[in-house]
Amino acid sequence: MPKKGEVSIIEKRCKGCNICATYCPKKILGLREDGKMEVKDPDNCIACDLCELRCPDYAIKVEVKENNE
Amino acid sequence: MELEKYFRENKLPHIWCPGCGHGTVMSSIIRGIDKAGWDPNKVVVVSGIGCSSRAPGYMDFNTLHTVHGRAIAFATGIKLANPELKVIVLTGDGDGAAIGGNHLIHACRRNIGIKVVLFNNYIYGMTSGQYSPMTPEGSLATTSPYGNIEPPFDLCELTKSANANFVARGTVYHTRPLISYMEKAFAKDGFSYVEAISQCPTYYGRRNRLKSPVEMLEWQKKNSVDIKKAADMEPEELQGKIVTGIFADREKEEYTARYDRLISEIQGGKK
Repeated sequence: MPKKGEVSIIEKRCKGCNICATYCPKKILGLREDGKMEVKDPDNCIACDLCELRCPDYAIKVEVKENNE
Repeated sequence: MELEKYFRENKLPHIWCPGCGHGTVMSSIIRGIDKAGWDPNKVVVVSGIGCSSRAPGYMDFNTLHTVHGRAIAFATGIKLANPELKVIVLTGDGDGAAIGGNHLIHACRRNIGIKVVLFNNYIYGMTSGQYSPMTPEGSLATTSPYGNIEPPFDLCELTKSANANFVARGTVYHTRPLISYMEKAFAKDGFSYVEAISQCPTYYGRRNRLKSPVEMLEWQKKNSVDIKKAADMEPEELQGKIVTGIFADREKEEYTARYDRLISEIQGGKK
């Protein structure tokens, strides 16, 4: 089974640089009108971690969902 | 990996600009420290002055924010006083290559067990964008309004020639390899140098037609050449490229070990 992930945003830290959304292979992230990042399509996260690894503000976390629960 | 336990959470969000690569370099360093499995109480993180040098303020280790260019000198004292400590220096292209360049080459020459991570964003960001010894030729800065006429240092070649045990260069865009260089650098006993190509969207990017953090990452992606591929390329083809990879990986004896050995030889009456 393909990996599934759960993404969360720490809004206090997000500066809206858009790096995570640009490089998300599933395009599940997008900027809100107030300039903070938002998870628009949470079910499609494949837990690749690219957003968390690149986020310069430690504002995004990915947790791997066990057994696709 | 859980980063939070290594942060001084009350100091976040940090002061770096939106999209600044320094945050990514810092998290890559923390991931490297975690992999090394060090006791945080035995880790000392030392910095000088500049945007890069703000990083230790956010990291929950023993940290020291020193004077401009002299982080390696302080770190040398720490390592010699207590060789058991894991000493990491965080510096920038201005701090480490200009005012601190001399300390850097001599730390390499001695092969003292300090790990230096140089955040190279090609500019003096904190003082609003003067060119540094790493700024590419032709780049615009407040002090080079018609384009920089000075050629930049290749600090990986320099530190390699100066006897560093481990030398690597990575970019923020290629985050996983960058983390792997941190891991390898931290596993070494001798002197390690990792150059992390970072992006300064505020004072480098906007002046040099790279209008957003993402454009700057795309620039890193487009211009990076792996060291193995670079070996088959002509110098003209490599002009303006970022050569990434491991430049040196050797096991020469570390300085404090040599120093301690000398002391025990003298005490044992062998000298």
